[in-house]
Amino acid sequence: MDGMASERLKEIVNWPGQGVHRVPYRVYTDPDVYAEEQRRLFRGPVWNFIGMALEVPETGCFVTRYVGDTPVVMVRDEDGAINVMANRCAHRGNLVCTQSCGRAEHFTCVYHNWIYDLKGALTSVAFRRGVGGKGGMPDDFDMADHRMPALRAETFCGMVFATFDAAAPSLTDYLGDEMRDNIERVVGRRMTLLGTYSQYMPNSWKLYMENVRDSYHASLLHMFQASFGINRLTMDGGIRLSDDGWHHVSYSKEATDKDGEATYSGKKLRAMDHGFALADPSLIDRWPEFGCGTTLAIQSVFPNFIVQQIYNSIALRLCVPRGPEECELMWWVLGAEDDTPEQHEIRIRQSNMIGPGGLISMEDGVVGGWVQRATRRDGDATTILEMGGRDVAPSQGSRATETSIRGFWTGWRATMGV
Amino acid sequence: MIRDYAHCIDDDRLEDWPGFFVEKGIYRIVTRETFERGMPVGVMTCTSRGMMQDRVLSLRQANIYEPHVYRHLISAISVQPDDSGAWTGRTSFAVIRTMQEGAMSIFAAGRYLDRIVLEDGAPRFAERVAVLDSRRIDTLIVIPL
Repeated sequence: MDGMASERLKEIVNWPGQGVHRVPYRVYTDPDVYAEEQRRLFRGPVWNFIGMALEVPETGCFVTRYVGDTPVVMVRDEDGAINVMANRCAHRGNLVCTQSCGRAEHFTCVYHNWIYDLKGALTSVAFRRGVGGKGGMPDDFDMADHRMPALRAETFCGMVFATFDAAAPSLTDYLGDEMRDNIERVVGRRMTLLGTYSQYMPNSWKLYMENVRDSYHASLLHMFQASFGINRLTMDGGIRLSDDGWHHVSYSKEATDKDGEATYSGKKLRAMDHGFALADPSLIDRWPEFGCGTTLAIQSVFPNFIVQQIYNSIALRLCVPRGPEECELMWWVLGAEDDTPEQHEIRIRQSNMIGPGGLISMEDGVVGGWVQRATRRDGDATTILEMGGRDVAPSQGSRATETSIRGFWTGWRATMGV
Repeated sequence: MIRDYAHCIDDDRLEDWPGFFVEKGIYRIVTRETFERGMPVGVMTCTSRGMMQDRVLSLRQANIYEPHVYRHLISAISVQPDDSGAWTGRTSFAVIRTMQEGAMSIFAAGRYLDRIVLEDGAPRFAERVAVLDSRRIDTLIVIPL
């Protein structure tokens, strides 16, 4: 097996004896840890989000994406199936697909003209029989022995996931009932793509994934939100976890905030220093889209995928690792096919709250880099993740907890074997 | 006006920024891939001068970010009258971002696509769309382009 022995990795990580409520800062910087993540975690028993089925609507439509930092192609074949394969030529390892998206009858590696069908099977080798009876491949060279490496791909609610691991459970089992319920609630209908962009961040992908799972920070760091009463920890809400704790949903219901003003102003939190009034309140126009009354739900699917509902702003995010200390957050901003023109406009206006320029979310792009800067030379020091206890368990009625971050590290340690 | 707009932002006179637009003016920042596919959502969308004022108030009072300044480089300015008595404009831009500790980077490059009207005898943007060449924003975008 390639890569590092488990014992050596355990020595490098040196996880503190206390458990998942202490995280050594080394794991955010160490290049060996990063390399092992690519092998053990992203190519391990996890399902990686690749893209939406609607991005490849017809035969031959493809997009290029990443599993961890490995380039892959997602393509729809002649049978209507969506295939995901490593974007690598079997011959000399060249990138086969060099466009971010497009439509092709087959894939041709430009280096030596080896050709693959839409399932990734090798169908043609240039000059295979040589030229003028000279050169060419040996007689026993069999094209069936070579292909673009295939991943298992499955689709749920129009979202395509893939795994390198033949032993991974089915996508259905991987997500579990509670996670599938929320995905179905938010995007289980005919969706449309309203916009795409990326946010490039100077920090480990794990720092962003911790931030996403951190319901404790939401109304403290993000002052815009708290000041306008959009999300306070005093609202009815909680944390749902998958059975293994690897995935989470943090949710709240705005209409239930009874004693928020008193709790916040009594403690003189920075987040309540200013009482704003919007010059144009149409920014936060909304409609009750979900019968359950949920106004905010942030869901993470281990390792690096996010489904977001903030009012009527629906988006998917994928945090692609770009090296030990960098990551790129890819955003898909969504609408529903049956949106009225008014609802369509509301979603566009609400998109001001999300993304790299999001009035709510922009700070999430910067805190990770600050943590990275402050901890880089203190690999033996650790975080404290004790809000809401030290275990990994769902939280009813309170989001003042770090339980879902502990859940992330439970998944990380299990897949990394440390 | 196209020149004054750049100076206004680079000089941190952001409270004056909404005044370059008509009351119902539109300001958007979109990625090139989003724009070319005809999709509507970008990284910033203001559909009124009030929404621009809210952006400025939020960045002054609410949002958390590392202090930085922009330097706009604008060129290839083209403004053509259209049939309705307004003007259609197109300008190339590059924005260099300098952080408080001195790190400098080319933060954004692209084109402004403008619709300019006369209001009380002065030109104003009815619409200004900043189309970014890249799909990536480094860290965050809080100051308008």
